[in-house]
Amino acid sequence: MIYGLCLILFLVGFYGIVVKRNLIKIIMGLIIMEYAVHLFIVLVSYQRGGIVPILQEGQSISEFVQLAVDPLPQVLVLTAIIINFGITALVVAIAIRLYEKYGTFDINEIRRLRG
Amino acid sequence: MTNLPVLFVALPLAMGFLYILLLKQRPYVAEIVSVAVTLVLLLLALSLAGAGTFQDGYLVTSFNLPVGGWDIPLGINIFLDGLTVFMLIVVNLVSFAVILYSVNYLQRYTSRTYFYSLILFMLAGMNGMLITGDLFNLFVFLELASVSSYILVSFGVEAEELEAAFKYLVMGAIASALILLAVILVYLVTGTLNMAYAAQFIQEQGMNRALYFAFALFMMGFSLKAALIPFHAWLPDAHPSAPAPISAMLSGVVIKVLGVYAMLRVGFNVFDLGADPVFLNLLLVIGGISMIIGVLLALYQWDIKRLFAYHSISQMGYVIMAVGLGTSLGIAAGLFHLFNHAIFKSLLFLNSGAIEAATGTRSLKKMGGLAKLMPVTGVTSMVGSLSISGVPPFNGFWSKVLIIFAAVLAGRPVYALLAVIGSILTLASFMKVQRYAFWGKSHLSEKKQNSNLEAPLFMKVSMLFLAIFCIFLSFLIVPVLREMILTPAGEDLIRGASGYLARVGIL
Amino acid sequence: MKPDQGMSLIVKTVTCWINSFIFLFGIYVMLFGHITPGGGFPGGVIIACSFILITLAAGKEFALKLFSLDDASVVDSFSIFLFLFIGFLGLILGNYFLQNFMAAGEPFRLPSAGTIVLNNVAIGLKVGAAIFAMFMYLSLFRLDEGEETE
Repeated sequence: MIYGLCLILFLVGFYGIVVKRNLIKIIMGLIIMEYAVHLFIVLVSYQRGGIVPILQEGQSISEFVQLAVDPLPQVLVLTAIIINFGITALVVAIAIRLYEKYGTFDINEIRRLRG
Repeated sequence: MTNLPVLFVALPLAMGFLYILLLKQRPYVAEIVSVAVTLVLLLLALSLAGAGTFQDGYLVTSFNLPVGGWDIPLGINIFLDGLTVFMLIVVNLVSFAVILYSVNYLQRYTSRTYFYSLILFMLAGMNGMLITGDLFNLFVFLELASVSSYILVSFGVEAEELEAAFKYLVMGAIASALILLAVILVYLVTGTLNMAYAAQFIQEQGMNRALYFAFALFMMGFSLKAALIPFHAWLPDAHPSAPAPISAMLSGVVIKVLGVYAMLRVGFNVFDLGADPVFLNLLLVIGGISMIIGVLLALYQWDIKRLFAYHSISQMGYVIMAVGLGTSLGIAAGLFHLFNHAIFKSLLFLNSGAIEAATGTRSLKKMGGLAKLMPVTGVTSMVGSLSISGVPPFNGFWSKVLIIFAAVLAGRPVYALLAVIGSILTLASFMKVQRYAFWGKSHLSEKKQNSNLEAPLFMKVSMLFLAIFCIFLSFLIVPVLREMILTPAGEDLIRGASGYLARVGIL
Repeated sequence: MKPDQGMSLIVKTVTCWINSFIFLFGIYVMLFGHITPGGGFPGGVIIACSFILITLAAGKEFALKLFSLDDASVVDSFSIFLFLFIGFLGLILGNYFLQNFMAAGEPFRLPSAGTIVLNNVAIGLKVGAAIFAMFMYLSLFRLDEGEETE
């Protein structure tokens, strides 16, 4: 169901990486793919009628435990986003440098190494 | 004493940032400190190996440390067993040799401080992967090691290096996404991220479809990181393009820790598939194919580092195939070969770095006659070549013989035959390296032939150090040493999830 | 601010007005991460955003005079030491690395989570400095190998 949509988004990103010939489009595919995974992580903790997993003043503990959504996936997604943020910055930096060297973003022309 | 394993992560991380903070203009201090740090970590790993107790005829290490005082499954634990200690020794031994080598080799690069910072981050990431007992933590450290290695591959910022780094990065990012997805699937099904509790859940409830899917994702991700044959496309570009010490690190330890160790830990200890014929056959087939195709692709390479890189694929195939036999002997032989490969492949890459620094080329056709000009490099590379080809009395011979024996004893003579063929082809391609690089007529210019081409002091020391280990490691199959290092690692894998749970202490 | 750099006077004036609030909000998110949504990383990002806003409004030179890349690098590395220091303090005062050795305090107040506030501050400084440095490096088109975050 809704997990399937994540899978479709993942495959869209994967398609972008495999088929596109432009470095920037490949990077976008990468980002879409990672977003699909992040979306999946957040969905894992979804619960109908759930509340924020932060204890408010004057809230009863038992009600909080019953209603609050699982906070762990939200922490995990934050960590994953940070990591992917770093990777994206790095890949953009490499792409800029590649453009500097080759004068193009087309990977058909960036082929000094044999397959 | 109980908190010492924290240093495996904290020390390199702290030192790496210390260089950026204080030592940007003084790389020589960073060099000394890096060598000291890796030496300390190596000694620490060895002392951990000695800290275990003898049980059932081998050394049992089991070390469970909750970080921050939160016990599992609430917190993250640091967990050491025989396999961890074994891998820690491999990683820190190779890193020590590589950093010692870099002291001289890196003189021609700018911003050397960053290099040492990054290599220490990579070391911290790998050590963290080894000592953690938590799946998500494993992923985080895997990313730390991967990101550092992406940057290190592109360290020279030349066109080829950037291209290889881009390819490596995209492949690595796909692998990371798959692994993250698998980790979350395990969390979704089992409700825990702790390896031991996940293993307990799987043992009690059995595997279901979601878990099989998660395991398939894990296998794909780790195979990408280990560059096994259907996923190998990035390795022959990334490994040769990096500076030689980084090639040695990447081929020597990174693909083993990020790929093989993680795959085995997850497959055997968490998913408890050590006796599952599908999993073992998968390992056997992937290993067998990697073994043969890797060496066949290596045969016609003329770029010396590229040739070595293809051999990494082939040798990792040996390890995976031996583990896939599923017998106690097979797993021990595979791990033994992993250790040996870490040593001789780093040695060979360091040699290629010395050759490249001296002659300015990586093409075998333009070398020749180097044995006379660079005696230390020549001799150590001869040792490395003979080791990797499996010629007695070097370490590669013993591990390959053990693998072949194990294959025959496990009733898989076809794979034994494949291992023999692979070994012969390896020998052939290293004959080529020796013939064209070190013997025969020299294609170098007159001026170079008369100058002193031998590598500087620390490079020589580092290469000799690894070459001595090539011979010394043969003694790892002597009973006492075997029971201290090799058997515990193999036993911890073959005892599967129940063994792991018993070590963690939650049965 | 020199008049010939950056954007128009309107943008600069508005930036002057709101930037301090953005900065303050970043500090708030960073400090109250344990009792409200937020924490070190979002707080650090907001602080970095306030500097990026200055860069966009008043030009690179002004922003770099305010907070140079060397400063960013120093803050970046120093905050890691702060984090490790807290971790090892836990080892010395308690039993384990990163142990929460401070008193828990009463709920819903600022000192209510022991060392977590300090850790959040360390992470926030680190993230803020790193993101600002990354933005500057990428916009200056003069890349170095120090693209490491976290």
